[in-house]
Amino acid sequence: MPLFILNIVFAAVFTLLTGSARIGVFMFGCILGYGILWLSSPLYKDTRYFKKLPKTVNLITYFLKELFVSNLRVLWDVITPGHISRPGIIGIPLDAETDLEIFLVANLISLTPGTLSVDLSEDRKTLFVHVMFLENVAAARADIKNGLEKRILEVMRS
Amino acid sequence: MIEYLTGILLIIGSFFCLVAALGVIRLPDSLTRMHAATKAGSLGAGLLVIAHAVFYQELGISLRAVSIIAILLFTAPVAAHLIARTSYRSGEAISDRTWIDELKGNGGWPG
Repeated sequence: MPLFILNIVFAAVFTLLTGSARIGVFMFGCILGYGILWLSSPLYKDTRYFKKLPKTVNLITYFLKELFVSNLRVLWDVITPGHISRPGIIGIPLDAETDLEIFLVANLISLTPGTLSVDLSEDRKTLFVHVMFLENVAAARADIKNGLEKRILEVMRS
Repeated sequence: MIEYLTGILLIIGSFFCLVAALGVIRLPDSLTRMHAATKAGSLGAGLLVIAHAVFYQELGISLRAVSIIAILLFTAPVAAHLIARTSYRSGEAISDRTWIDELKGNGGWPG
């Protein structure tokens, strides 16, 4: 997406003009550049940049929230005596098809605490996931499908 | 103010690194160990790097921090996935607390 590069160039120019190489200035330049591009958006007919960016931000914030909230459960199981974990391996039917989509889904599942992708079925349609605190198979499956995978596919396919 | 924020980030980050190390020792099987090693480990290391970026507030250091975190987030799950897959396929015993295993007998993607 060339608009994204343009956005970064705007931010870099802004940083150079202010003369202070600080990350806050660069971030402000990014936001300012996005605003300018958005104001001039009728000029770019078939761009997906303005739809794609909010969805990417949405995915990243969702992911960071998951990362913090459920790390605490792993932490609790590690530091308290005895085990509260109820591990299990479940198959998740995949909607992701290309290599990149499957890679992203598998990687982000592994990074979300409590889940770890173990294997992919031979027909590349099912991803086997090891869940550390598994109470309800259907609920866990729906959670991954509607939470992480849906958001990734929204970003990739919009 | 910045000093306090840096201190808090450093303490939380090193705490998560400690939890990751303890988890590798304490958890029952290699699959659950991978949970501790990848997530708590990368979160802890990420927070330590962010603490540096917050403290110095320079573009060069912040950019390096961002790239370190990106590399961490791309490599840790790949390694964990491979270790988990290898240990599962080589018949490593899984914890008897595991109450469901849908992968059993399903083969898997070859290669």
